[in-house]
Amino acid sequence: MSDLLFEAKGIEVTYGASKGLFGRGRTGVRVLHGVDVSIRRGETVGIVGESGSGKTTLGRALLKLVPVSAGTIRFNGQDITALSPEAMRPLRRRMQMIFQDPMASLNPRHTIRRILTEPLFLHGLASVRRDAERQVRAILDRVSLPAVMLERAPHELSGGQRQRIGIARAVLMKPDFVLADEVVSGLDVSTQAQVLNLLKELSQEMGLAMAFISHDLSVIRAICDRVTVMRFGEVVEEGRCGPVFDAPKTPYTRLLLDAIPLPEIDDGWLTRPPPVLEPAA
Amino acid sequence: MGDLTKTATTMDTAFRFRSLPMKTIKPLLREPRVVIAGGFLLILLLIALFAPYIAPKDPLEQDLMLGNMPPANYPGAEPGYYLGTDDLGRDVLSRVLYGSRIALTVAFVAASLSAIIGTLLGLAAGWYGRWADRVISRLVDIWMAFPPVLLSVLLVAVMGSGLHSVIAAIVIIDWTRFCRVVRAETMAQARLDYVMAAQTIGFSRSHILWREILPNVAPVLIALVSLEMGIAVIVEAILSFVGLSLSSDIPTWGGMIAQGRQMVHHGWWVFVFPLLALFATVLAFNQLGNGLRTALDPVMRR
Amino acid sequence: MTQSFVAIQGLSAISTRDASAPVLRDVSLTLEKGEVRGLVGESGAGKSTIAKALLGILPSTVKITGGFIRFEGRDLLAMPRRELADIMGRDITLIPQDPQTALNPARRIEAQLTDGLRLRLGMGKTDAHQRALQLLDEVQIRDPKRVLNAYPHELSGGMRQRILIASAFALNPKLVVADEPTTALDVTVQKEILRLIRRMQEAHGTAVIFVTHDLGVVAKICDSVTLLYAGKVIEDGKTPDLLMAPKHAYTSALIAAGPRYDRPDAGLEPVPEAVFRQLRAEIGIAERRV
Repeated sequence: MSDLLFEAKGIEVTYGASKGLFGRGRTGVRVLHGVDVSIRRGETVGIVGESGSGKTTLGRALLKLVPVSAGTIRFNGQDITALSPEAMRPLRRRMQMIFQDPMASLNPRHTIRRILTEPLFLHGLASVRRDAERQVRAILDRVSLPAVMLERAPHELSGGQRQRIGIARAVLMKPDFVLADEVVSGLDVSTQAQVLNLLKELSQEMGLAMAFISHDLSVIRAICDRVTVMRFGEVVEEGRCGPVFDAPKTPYTRLLLDAIPLPEIDDGWLTRPPPVLEPAA
Repeated sequence: MGDLTKTATTMDTAFRFRSLPMKTIKPLLREPRVVIAGGFLLILLLIALFAPYIAPKDPLEQDLMLGNMPPANYPGAEPGYYLGTDDLGRDVLSRVLYGSRIALTVAFVAASLSAIIGTLLGLAAGWYGRWADRVISRLVDIWMAFPPVLLSVLLVAVMGSGLHSVIAAIVIIDWTRFCRVVRAETMAQARLDYVMAAQTIGFSRSHILWREILPNVAPVLIALVSLEMGIAVIVEAILSFVGLSLSSDIPTWGGMIAQGRQMVHHGWWVFVFPLLALFATVLAFNQLGNGLRTALDPVMRR
Repeated sequence: MTQSFVAIQGLSAISTRDASAPVLRDVSLTLEKGEVRGLVGESGAGKSTIAKALLGILPSTVKITGGFIRFEGRDLLAMPRRELADIMGRDITLIPQDPQTALNPARRIEAQLTDGLRLRLGMGKTDAHQRALQLLDEVQIRDPKRVLNAYPHELSGGMRQRILIASAFALNPKLVVADEPTTALDVTVQKEILRLIRRMQEAHGTAVIFVTHDLGVVAKICDSVTLLYAGKVIEDGKTPDLLMAPKHAYTSALIAAGPRYDRPDAGLEPVPEAVFRQLRAEIGIAERRV
């Protein structure tokens, strides 16, 4: 059994292309230009880039939430690129997602109980309510939330609590892979640390592979084994965190690192010229 | 230890009754427009249901000797006819009370049917997109190009006068309003992350539409239904005003207003009271609709 | 005793929706001419409230219950509206947080930039146009004619923020309130904007109140810092002192909680519950309800 969980090659994603009537269609905007990504079992890969880099689109393409216009995606050795939505359904249990804005990603009209138990019933992980309840309480306990949360609706929870529910929902079905899309971006620094620690622990306990999308390189270093740097829909640099951060090979990575303000006095930081970058094509 | 867990489970069961329906109903009752307008409409409903027991006189009974009597406390008033009588000696109060039956029947039936048709098509257009959307949107555009008044007159001419044609006229014209609003709201909801979350979990497209999106479209829909009821009452009144609704014997507010208009100088009460009833009812539906929209929507914002 | 340029003393405020929840608790801070002071805190700490109080744009849900804000010796809270309107927008200006929404999408840049010039300085159309070109040049926008003629949506976020900065400094203000001006920007753009703000501030001799939640940003651009929690000043002082020798446990915990790309071995340390308990005890608030 291969070590590789996800193997994506040459991924291209185009938005807004249409054939149109009388052949007049639109070519659309290409957001990803031939991206390769591989994620091994149990590994946490960071996908980092600024706005417009395509990092969010790449994550969604892996989960087949956006259509891919070229390239192949293999999950656990199986080619899933052309699978129909029906065929994807049983696989979905094994690849889950945590969203940036938990307020928007939890159905405001459902109770937390419903949000957490419905997936279990869908995938046959529980057939009676008592069993589902037991599993759900266990996961709430694991993310340090009290069982009373089950009665509540999302708007009654704080931001940090909602984010934990999002995490609970993602790991509840014991997936092989979790996509974390800017999950700490809106959080205070102390809540951020708690959430990151929780993710690290869960990923180690459950042997989860994770793709961690973020614009924040410091957060990526804290939690990821490998990192993929993206710019304008292409992979600029890729490798284990240590080498990439300590000795970045490309000017863009150096530029990104240089731009991060660390909480220490450095009088020349503002005026020092940034690493030279060739103008974008 | 066992006792503690038992207390915990009993407490949890007690909490279970604070379920989601209660959560949605409580904020409604806090909104004054919902309580006041809703209360009024509830009373109106009771009046409509129990009109035969409440109305002092038979609304159809004519007594030419008692024609054109003014309302109570006016000189020359006939005791027992509190709001006066019309040309044919029929009791205005009883006719106004009975008129509520027609008004509410039309309101409920027409609004519900428009809502059902419009919502089904709106959901389909908004969720399944592409050609479903193109076809339905094109249909709505074309449909809305027909002049509504002409269409209603045509329908009544074809179907004959009566409640069924009034209701049909309203439904045939107004379903488009629901379709557009529901389509827009569905598309707005479909863009939100919780829909994508449901897709990642693996729910089917129809499950997502009915179990995830529809509950979030419901607030806007419910508010619109209430507004539509007000519109239906007015349309019925207009149609009976021009004689296209029921026969003039059966009391409708619109018919009474039409009749009263002709005798407004010597018998203003025949004109004024049904008009007040109409005004109050439509105002109530509007306020209920507005109140519902406010009370149901900011669940997220709170 | 010399008066500080800006002195906030004992400022307290409550929320009108819940009178038991103070928004600001006895906040005091000072600012000298040309000084850049950071207002730092996590969300809900009150830093935005102070900024809004300075600008006179507190929402109706917040009510000031005590203290004063002295600007060049005069209390802004006690000033009649006409005098306040004179100061705001000219002597005290704002660099807002979100360049997306701060510019009117229906008007060209030139119109928005010259509004203030024509209204406040009585400039004619051609003079204002020239001055606008100069302003854009000052913030290093390379093609000022094209930009003046453009609509906001045609420009990048960084470009829009430059325009907002130009607008803020256009009337030579004495105090600029920067409300998280780089939070919505990419990190590389953030560095450019921070550099620009520093340059403008030095060139015009303006004092700046810099609201942010990012201690890294504070380290690079602020001369002094005020750290807030739950509406109360926890610590304040010169930036090097606060960062390298923090006096309060919360300050050091906050510094330690932020991940650093150059320290991979440092674990992620959330602020310990003990620190929060200490804070709550000091401030005098009850246990946090779940």
